[in-house]
Amino acid sequence: MSNKVYANAKEALKGVADNMTYLVGGFGLCGIPENCIEALRDSGVKNITCVSNNAGVDDFGLGLLLQTRQIKKMMSSYVGENATFEKQFMSGELELEFCPQGTLAERLRAGGAGIPAFYTPTGVGTKIAEGKEIRKFDGRDFVLEKGIVGDFAFVKAWKGDKFGNLVFRKTARNFNPMVATAGKITIAEVEELVEIGELEPDQVHTPGVYVQRIFKATNQQKRIEQRTVRKG
Amino acid sequence: MPLNKEQIAQRIAQEVQDGYTVNLGIGIPTLVVNYIPPTKTVMFQSENGLLGMGPFPMEGNEDADLINAGKQTVTALKGSSFFSSADSFAMIRGGHIDLTVLGAMEVDEQGSIANWMVPGKMVKGMGGAMDLVAGAKNVIVAMQHVDKEGNSKLRTKCTLPLTGVNCIKKIVSDYGVIDVTENGFILREYAPDLTAEAVVKATEGKMTIAPDCKPMTF
Repeated sequence: MSNKVYANAKEALKGVADNMTYLVGGFGLCGIPENCIEALRDSGVKNITCVSNNAGVDDFGLGLLLQTRQIKKMMSSYVGENATFEKQFMSGELELEFCPQGTLAERLRAGGAGIPAFYTPTGVGTKIAEGKEIRKFDGRDFVLEKGIVGDFAFVKAWKGDKFGNLVFRKTARNFNPMVATAGKITIAEVEELVEIGELEPDQVHTPGVYVQRIFKATNQQKRIEQRTVRKG
Repeated sequence: MPLNKEQIAQRIAQEVQDGYTVNLGIGIPTLVVNYIPPTKTVMFQSENGLLGMGPFPMEGNEDADLINAGKQTVTALKGSSFFSSADSFAMIRGGHIDLTVLGAMEVDEQGSIANWMVPGKMVKGMGGAMDLVAGAKNVIVAMQHVDKEGNSKLRTKCTLPLTGVNCIKKIVSDYGVIDVTENGFILREYAPDLTAEAVVKATEGKMTIAPDCKPMTF
């Protein structure tokens, strides 16, 4: 069996280059591949097309790649928490393709599953459907949306084994399972890297076949975007 | 006086039935959870991948891996489940969510809704709103009836870019409870301090007063 285990993010990211499409897991700052994003920044690759539900915040997550102007185009459903993003978008430096959240999730799932396109009711009659094929099924209109495949996919998991089997934790799962399937090369950063056989097969969320490279994350911040509590 | 936000949420809570699975949007819809009586068992879905969302955690118990769609730290109740965003939107689009409550900038007589962009202003994105209005069995809009200048937000036709077409059947505004039907808006209830006629007058779209129209009760 080929060795999928890499020492760190820098090693695992071998082969990233300019003008590529990168898929990034996470929702807000929850479940984002922090080490991979930092390694992408350090690699200096440019003209990135980045597919991610959100764009991080100014000084963390994908915001780091916006600060360095490495991203040419974002495909996201919501980018509201990032002033750097707004500035670059308004000045025309940054391209943006909005994609409804469920459509984005399904486009990634389809891309990973060998489905080139699918019909969805989401967005029919709105700007999102402009220029796209509309087809009626049982009297209702649906819009054709295309699957997404990336040159590299970056995901964050709680546990992973050396074959690349992944287990996510709570809502940090979010986009990670679909992103993992849709990369030509998928890199997983995990909080705990375990031996083959240590994960219960029934509990595996992402089978290792989707993961080409895996490494144990270091110094993850796991920032909370909106800390809300009850008083006891 | 029109209703305040809490009263809008309180009235919407009356529409939530025992056994429902509900997705609440950000803003006024979030407040609905505070008015569900303990006699009703309701599961709240958060579209990032949680069914069975509970209240905010006690101080010190926040978990960076457990958030809602507004990126706030939350808890998961007994019987809850976690899943991917693709599974989450399969629930939504597949019609498995009984009720969605969300805010709006405009709703028109045809039941079309605009709530995601204002031309010329920075657009943050639609998030899951387009999927939610296209997929939920029932969508209730919580909104202000008029803007700051007194212009009706219940329009003949939406002027802002749409989020969804012909998908809204009920509105709870600070002025009243309105059904959206083939015959336009039907006023079912009005805010206790207003009159049915005053609500119709404040509305741009075609609005009819239901024969059994009555003041709202809480």
